[in-house]
Amino acid sequence: MTTTDVKKGDAAPARRRPGGATGASTRSRILVTAILAVAAVYFLVPVYWVFVAATKTTSDLFDSFGFGLGEEFVLFTNISEVLTYNGGIFWRWTLNSLLYSVLGALLATLLAAAAGYALAKYDFRGRELVFGLVLGGVLVPAAATALPLYLLFSQIGLANTYWAVLLPSLISPFGLYLCRIYADASVPDSVIESARLEGAGEGRVFFTLGLRMMAPALVTVFLFQMVGIWNNYFLPLVMLADEGLYPITLGLVTWQSYQGRDIEMYMRVVTGSMLSVIPLIIAIVVLQRYWRGGMTAGAVKG
Amino acid sequence: MTTATRTAPGADSPGRPRTAAAAPPRRRFRTRALIPWGFVGPFLALFTLCFFLPILYALYQSFIQIRRYGLFGEEGRETVFTGFDNYARALGQEAFVDSVGRVLLFGVVQVPVMLGLALVLALLLESASATWPGFFRALYFMPYGVPGVVASLLWGFLYVPGLSPILDVAGLVGLEPDLLGPNSVLWSIANIITWLFIGYNMLILIAQLKTIPSELYESARIDGAGPLQTAWHIQLPLIRPALVLTTVFSIIGTLQLFAEPQILAAFTVNIDSAYTPNMAAYRSAFTDNDYNVAAAQSVLVALTAFVLSFGFLWLVNRKDRQR
Repeated sequence: MTTTDVKKGDAAPARRRPGGATGASTRSRILVTAILAVAAVYFLVPVYWVFVAATKTTSDLFDSFGFGLGEEFVLFTNISEVLTYNGGIFWRWTLNSLLYSVLGALLATLLAAAAGYALAKYDFRGRELVFGLVLGGVLVPAAATALPLYLLFSQIGLANTYWAVLLPSLISPFGLYLCRIYADASVPDSVIESARLEGAGEGRVFFTLGLRMMAPALVTVFLFQMVGIWNNYFLPLVMLADEGLYPITLGLVTWQSYQGRDIEMYMRVVTGSMLSVIPLIIAIVVLQRYWRGGMTAGAVKG
Repeated sequence: MTTATRTAPGADSPGRPRTAAAAPPRRRFRTRALIPWGFVGPFLALFTLCFFLPILYALYQSFIQIRRYGLFGEEGRETVFTGFDNYARALGQEAFVDSVGRVLLFGVVQVPVMLGLALVLALLLESASATWPGFFRALYFMPYGVPGVVASLLWGFLYVPGLSPILDVAGLVGLEPDLLGPNSVLWSIANIITWLFIGYNMLILIAQLKTIPSELYESARIDGAGPLQTAWHIQLPLIRPALVLTTVFSIIGTLQLFAEPQILAAFTVNIDSAYTPNMAAYRSAFTDNDYNVAAAQSVLVALTAFVLSFGFLWLVNRKDRQR
């Protein structure tokens, strides 16, 4: 793979972007690759550590060298310990995280798509006001709204329910921004007009044509929102008191707080952390293409 | 974002609804005017509930106090308007003022370092000298998928003496860094944030780098510019919007610091419960049960974010005009 890459690069220097004047000299190639590799090590260290540490016993965790294996290999014992501890509450947290992030991101994407589409394709009074208000919302730190939101939700009885985490997760100002820009650029007025002439209602035009043409941006909005919700900590921390409603992040922190009393808790925190990073790392690496696609659209127009 | 070129769907004349209303199919227009609101409505309703109302509510809470009478408030209570008293009390907390200073110091150092590294990686990955750019790009972006909580747990284990293999390795060459000391712990937090978000910022920069037309590179090459000159004179000026965007996002993110220091606090005594403004507000609300001061602190955090973001944008624009 390397050799073909080099050859291609030499033959057609314009294939990959700029940098070197004519292709690239072997020396600069080695230098750049070395820097990239060093950076890669930095990004991998904590992840590598947790995968190694999750295979150890508690005493090995403290006594053996952190980047090497311990005397015993007990990864599967650790995993089953995490999954069964306290009546299998880790499963519950995982399902909660999935519910919040997947359902939340799906609905958030739909809402942002509908609103962004309308802002791009209809001329109506108040349009710029709505857009400006929502963009202003991007600048307000999310954590600054979480506290008052808790006060508000506890007055209407929503605090400490699934809704308390789900409802605020349905709003993505960034998603609205991206959807508007994308709809502007990629849903031609002529297509909408001809669909109307064929008798399609406004809703149908949006659901059958608009959504499909905006698909690349929607994937990006969905992914960012999903990761955002999955990683969220402050909002569930403020909103939830019942352990059964916790997402993984909050659950792991609860376990961490027991570490002082129970040394066995260390392995549960370490193994739980490992399990919790696996799904999103897979999602990020596999779906890399989509992260780029939509962001380019944002950058071009923004 | 041009509005002038857009035509009103269905209406014969482009432009404001008022002109369109004068056109013959009047009743049809009335219902048509509601259609966009049908699309925007659900988003707007939730936005109002989850953004707008909380902000208003925080503002309201920050200007009132609840006076209780009797030992447990059993002799009634009343809400009184107290002007800026809550703000004075918030700013009177030395710990809160310290926490604001701390995150500002943090931002001044960490944001340029993180964005600088993101920029270097983006330029290297987009250069002709990069091997396997797709692989490295995915790898650098990977930490973005790791929750801040988990990243802090992992790095926390890597900072703790007795557990940390990094300290073991440092010990081999005779170094004994205290990564959780009173002065160093702030930079250990900075490392976690940098680790989490370099890849994300890098991706935004790469997206804009990819929009630079290849003719520009071509002519730079003909003029004899090397990679460094190309980066400085062509790539950097052209990705300025992305740099400005990532800076603003980073400023806002810095002021919100919460999860990382809170998790690390379990590993060291050098992080108190009001280490960052958000932690201070959280403590006011849930430990001191003083929602009004907590609201004032939340408003102050949001205001600081606004002032810094717009101040930065103003600075950037002013420089543009001077050019």
